[in-house]
Amino acid sequence: MKRSVIDILDLSAQELEELIATAEDIIANPDKYAHVCDRKKLATLFFEPSTRTRMSFEAAMYELGGHVISVSSAMSSSAAKGESVADTAKTVSCYADIIAMRHPKEGAAYVAAHNATIPVINAGDGGHCHPTQTLADLLTIWLEKRTFSGLTIGVCGDLKFGRTVHSLLNAMSRYADNKFVLISPEELKVPSYVKKGSLKKYNIPYTQTTDLEAAMPELDILYMTRVQRERFFNEEDYLRLKDSYILTPEKLKNAKKDLSILHPLPRVNEISVAIDDDPRACYFKQVLNGKYMRMALILKLLTEAGTL
Amino acid sequence: MNIAAIQNGVVIDHITAGKGMTLYKLMKLDETDLSVAIIKNVNSRKMGKKDIIKIDADIPVDLDVIAYVDPGATVNIIRQGKLVEKRAIEMPLTLTDVIFCKNPRCITSTEQELHHVFRLTDRNEKVYRCLYCETKAGG
Repeated sequence: MKRSVIDILDLSAQELEELIATAEDIIANPDKYAHVCDRKKLATLFFEPSTRTRMSFEAAMYELGGHVISVSSAMSSSAAKGESVADTAKTVSCYADIIAMRHPKEGAAYVAAHNATIPVINAGDGGHCHPTQTLADLLTIWLEKRTFSGLTIGVCGDLKFGRTVHSLLNAMSRYADNKFVLISPEELKVPSYVKKGSLKKYNIPYTQTTDLEAAMPELDILYMTRVQRERFFNEEDYLRLKDSYILTPEKLKNAKKDLSILHPLPRVNEISVAIDDDPRACYFKQVLNGKYMRMALILKLLTEAGTL
Repeated sequence: MNIAAIQNGVVIDHITAGKGMTLYKLMKLDETDLSVAIIKNVNSRKMGKKDIIKIDADIPVDLDVIAYVDPGATVNIIRQGKLVEKRAIEMPLTLTDVIFCKNPRCITSTEQELHHVFRLTDRNEKVYRCLYCETKAGG
């Protein structure tokens, strides 16, 4: 049966674990998966600038033996002529076996999924959801810690508009004995509805602070985010808040030796390049892990749709 | 203040004071030529003040809209001057094209053909959220 993934919560905790198991098997046995999607086509519909997510999906499909057909910008597609998302989804369903879509409007992936006859993966819909980034985050946490429980997780930066943060909170709140430290300027705190739907719903302990260094010693995971210019209507607000947190080697002095530093990338200046060689920096591993999880997800959805 | 009793029609009573006009508009009564009375800030033993809407026509009323605006309101059907039925109202699980998403980033802001659908996400807090972008209604 055709199924789409719009939100990380479309996948149960058990399904996440199965995807992680598949990704680990792909890492261990890439040849086993090199032709599983022979003659299958992934359509990447990216109506908003993206480098890593589009390339990650495309690399994932190629490594499964499949092909990729692509729309790389809104200006080069029928959307520029005024075609609706629904019509685009119906049309592309005639050409491809699965769609990965990024769109600046929130809810666009939902509309596509309900009009396409093939599975749709949300590759980011405005500031709303970005489930495959969360899959990358989860595999990284798993590979670094070998557990999803008993962790103190610091999330830092733009916690208001940061869709990856919201998805991570939703996903990790389902596991036992975790604790969150929410580090942000006052103006960019986690919205109350996100806390209500995740942390409060599962009685997960959390603290809110503006002080990254004070929070550092207790963290097992530090998830840094960028203050995103494209989420602000007011340039002044963006300029005022963009440099709120910059992670430097000095700020890591009191951090645990086995801290894992994650970032959904791209970074601007919120993590100093001096940290890139620190063994605790996991953000480029996270990019690679994203590809493996996208491979696992494509396989799962194509299998469920009866395409494989 | 006296408003004549209606013979055949609908009386929406126990509306929280101040919500009568909102309900009038969302029920699209302003788009009809029916005789409608909106009575605001009526003294009420139970509520202190309340609003009442009287519709002088036996028309079908959208209970979902009433329940969304004010789940405490009561709906009375009047025939030949007598109360013949009290309709139970309950907050609907979804509202379609009753209220509209105000999030400028929502897909409904650019795709005019889409229905504006809101889902009840928190019954206790009476929170509805946009089906597409999850923005809170009225937020």
